[in-house]
Amino acid sequence: MKDFPFLSILTLLPLVGAAVVAFIPRGKAKLAKTVALAWSVVVLALSIVMWVAFEAGGDRFQFRESYQWIPTWNARFTFATDGIALVMLVLIALLVPLVMLASWHDVDENERSVPTYFALLLALECTMIGVFAAADVFLFYVFFEVMLVPMYFIIGSFGGQRRQYAAVKFFLYSLVGGLFMLAAVIGLWVVGGHTFDWQALTDASSSFNTGTARWLFLGFFIAFAVKAPFFPFHTWLPDAGGAAPAPAAALLVGVLDKVGTFGILRYCLPIFPEASRWFAPAALILGVIGILYAALLAIGQHDLKRLVSYTSIAHFGFIGIGIFAFTTQAGTGSVLYMVNHGLATGLLFLVVGMFVARRGSSLVSDFGGAGKLVPVLAGLLFFAGLASLALPGTAPFVSEFLVLIGTFTTHKVYAVIATAGIILAAAYVLWMVQRTTQGTLNPAVEQTPAMHKDITLREKVVVAPLVLLLLLLGFYPKPVTDVINPAVQATMQDVGKTDPVPPAVANGRVAR
Amino acid sequence: MDDLKLPDINYAALAPMLILFGAACLGVLFEALVPRARRHVVQLALALVALVAALVTVILVRDTRIVTIGGAVAVDGPTLFLQGSILLLGIVSLMLIGERAIEPGGSFVSQAAVTVGSQKDLKQVGGQPGATEVYPLTIFALGGMLLFVAANDLLTMFVALEVFSLPLYLLCALARRRRLLSQEAALKYFLLGSYASAFFLFGVALIYGFSGGVDLASIHAAVADPSRSEVLLFGGLALVSIGLLFKSAAVPFHVWTPDVYQGAPTPVTALMAACTKVAAFGALLRVLYVAFDGVRWDFQPVLGVIAVLTMLVGAVLAVTQTEMKRLLAYSSIANAGYLLVGVLALNKEGLSSTMFYLVAYGFSVLAAFGIVSLVRDSEGEATHLSRWAGLGRKSPVFAAIFSFILLAFAGIPLTSGFTSKFAVFGAAIDGGQTWLVIFGVITSMLLAFPYLRVVVLMWLSEPGETTPAVSIPGFLTSAALAIGVIATFALGVVPAPLLDLTNDAAQFVR
Repeated sequence: MKDFPFLSILTLLPLVGAAVVAFIPRGKAKLAKTVALAWSVVVLALSIVMWVAFEAGGDRFQFRESYQWIPTWNARFTFATDGIALVMLVLIALLVPLVMLASWHDVDENERSVPTYFALLLALECTMIGVFAAADVFLFYVFFEVMLVPMYFIIGSFGGQRRQYAAVKFFLYSLVGGLFMLAAVIGLWVVGGHTFDWQALTDASSSFNTGTARWLFLGFFIAFAVKAPFFPFHTWLPDAGGAAPAPAAALLVGVLDKVGTFGILRYCLPIFPEASRWFAPAALILGVIGILYAALLAIGQHDLKRLVSYTSIAHFGFIGIGIFAFTTQAGTGSVLYMVNHGLATGLLFLVVGMFVARRGSSLVSDFGGAGKLVPVLAGLLFFAGLASLALPGTAPFVSEFLVLIGTFTTHKVYAVIATAGIILAAAYVLWMVQRTTQGTLNPAVEQTPAMHKDITLREKVVVAPLVLLLLLLGFYPKPVTDVINPAVQATMQDVGKTDPVPPAVANGRVAR
Repeated sequence: MDDLKLPDINYAALAPMLILFGAACLGVLFEALVPRARRHVVQLALALVALVAALVTVILVRDTRIVTIGGAVAVDGPTLFLQGSILLLGIVSLMLIGERAIEPGGSFVSQAAVTVGSQKDLKQVGGQPGATEVYPLTIFALGGMLLFVAANDLLTMFVALEVFSLPLYLLCALARRRRLLSQEAALKYFLLGSYASAFFLFGVALIYGFSGGVDLASIHAAVADPSRSEVLLFGGLALVSIGLLFKSAAVPFHVWTPDVYQGAPTPVTALMAACTKVAAFGALLRVLYVAFDGVRWDFQPVLGVIAVLTMLVGAVLAVTQTEMKRLLAYSSIANAGYLLVGVLALNKEGLSSTMFYLVAYGFSVLAAFGIVSLVRDSEGEATHLSRWAGLGRKSPVFAAIFSFILLAFAGIPLTSGFTSKFAVFGAAIDGGQTWLVIFGVITSMLLAFPYLRVVVLMWLSEPGETTPAVSIPGFLTSAALAIGVIATFALGVVPAPLLDLTNDAAQFVR
């Protein structure tokens, strides 16, 4: 089992699927959808088998494969996964079929071809899996950049209003970040002794010149900060999230953006430990600003999809401070946050998408009292909102709590300020729910025939796994934390930080 | 008188050039003897056979490393690699030049001497077969380029420069449509080119005064001698460089590029963008690496500034373009900047990565101009950007090909654009030229915008009433497009074989 090439097959499988679906004639939309969905379910099944085969207490990196690629540069197809990447891989494999099912009818009326949309989704899945599975910096960079292309066409061809602007902005922002990283990748290759192997570079990291390492860190960090996005590199996300089809937006913020935070954990911290510590205060400040600023902007949004995008920026602020607090607790919280945010915001986007599909608009003012017509959907929106604001009992609570207490042990001020973000989160979620589903029924909503149709069976299938997981992980996160924890501990060791001992224990006042 | 000896001539090493010059002369003869109706086929076949034969010869003599004809020609790794590239790219260009299925009579005018707008001219627009002199001219140009990259003394280099430039000037003037623009382009190219040649020649004279010889080995030896005049050295180096940078379209010697690229018949533009670039950079590499590497610390900063200017001006002005061929011209200027970054690494990696870049870029740019020659209406090519709106709906296959090429130009991974940029930037950082790489990265960001705008225009805009259909390409253009696209993809995904080849070849003889 351990020798089975899980990661390369997991990466290639969606690509083959994309090619197959792309060649289905556009008249046979139904066939294309079915094939694409079946394909993504197979990928999900494979990823679950991989999850089972992964030994939580075993080696840090498992399922390692390495094949020759460009010997001149010593670039290889090296795949390997640690606990952090593993949970993201499973999250991707889970979200893609749900997103496909959720957009079953979304592109039917579009004059673009349906098979193309589903082929693009599969191609996107391939690049997303590749970016998390790569253990070679060159390979990682290739996936990191190529990932833009399918998403660009999904937003640009199948998006809503202002989709051209949003698609170009998305592409250019990411490309600019990516080019900074390219310069850093080349620099790293030169100072690291002409290798791209993650392990070799991490081992060589102590020999880097301090100044050089800081510049290289910055190159990587900017790319990841744009991708995540952290304040002040965030302005593309509301546009992209607002213009993308809602299910695709769920993928965009649910997974694609996690590449940024994942990249910081996997590349910035272990390869540039000194620089990471040096830049940590700045990163923490950006994280805290992001939490408060994005939450305030979210309160002021008129468009549901833009609103959810802003909430994500606030959440990425939490993930950011969790990473740069350099404690195992906060780090584990951050990674768990990445998963839970994928589930919660994914659900929120999907439910918003169901509303938008019915109403034909994503403006808050076009709704109002919708709960009277579609009570179950309204309830789901409320649940997704509560999960998103980290209500105890839902999974995000665990991660947010871990991040905050983990940060508090090392950076009290930041943790305290960040806590204000929880209150703002309650404000934007509750206000959004109130304005869309509660209150007097908007007559325009009543006159929209589709708004009289509550949740369908297909939509139930889409939301059920997410709702279940959110509740399950809210009460029993152990299966996931067990996988994440060793990887985070190892990362913190790479940075050279040990967890602070609580003062009570240090003073010997606690009986051991 | 017995110490006057004929120099040793290694005919095998010279064979590729001899084949091309012989074929070109034969082509001129055919022009007089073969009946007009059959000339096109015969000339095209002759040209193709000659290029393929020359390519095969280059492959056969691939292990030659000698200096021959009394030091005039050096046949070494870089020479053979660059000659092979020029021939390969030349074959693909020739396919575009020989295409007659897109437009009746091909893209060349039948009698260039006829006054534009006269009765006779109106008659020849509508389908009189184009001039077949283009084939011998092309072969002469390519032959000159082969000699240019092999030239081991500056006078041979000058002769080669003229041999490949003069046919190009003529070819530029032969467009079937928009003839005034084409003639203006040719005249501009000719005048500025003559200036550049004069600069080059004057530089050679100064270098001769400095070193007492024109062959690169004796210049190299003279550079190491501190007792000689630095004024002559740097004056000569500057003027010689100007001549070479003019052909490479580096800023501030680039002003001819947009006009000439726009006015010339598109297949000729493709030839210039791909092959001339290889030849110009090949010669520049040889002159800097073989003759002047002793003063590298002196010219590196100056050429570095030129490289930065080239990248910046090319990228910034590409953003403002509204005409497809001009856009590609500015993009080609910016690419000259990236090539200069590779050249300035001044190490083995610099040499091999620049050669890799030249080949990769050549194939992409040929495919790009191949597509440009297809998007047309009754007036000829529709090159204004607004006319490309919604092309993705009308001709998804060609729009997809062009998007792919544009993504390659933008340097997205899995295309040759990425691997080649990576190669030159890596070499430059290795060579201690990090500042050039930083500018390279910044300009890549700028340059992504115009490319992306075209992609947006083709896919995300509604087709306008004036959006032309894409002509169905003939066999030749289809083949050229296929080769260009496959090469762009293959060099992006499996660059290792070509990288190994350039690495093995990256050693000059002196």
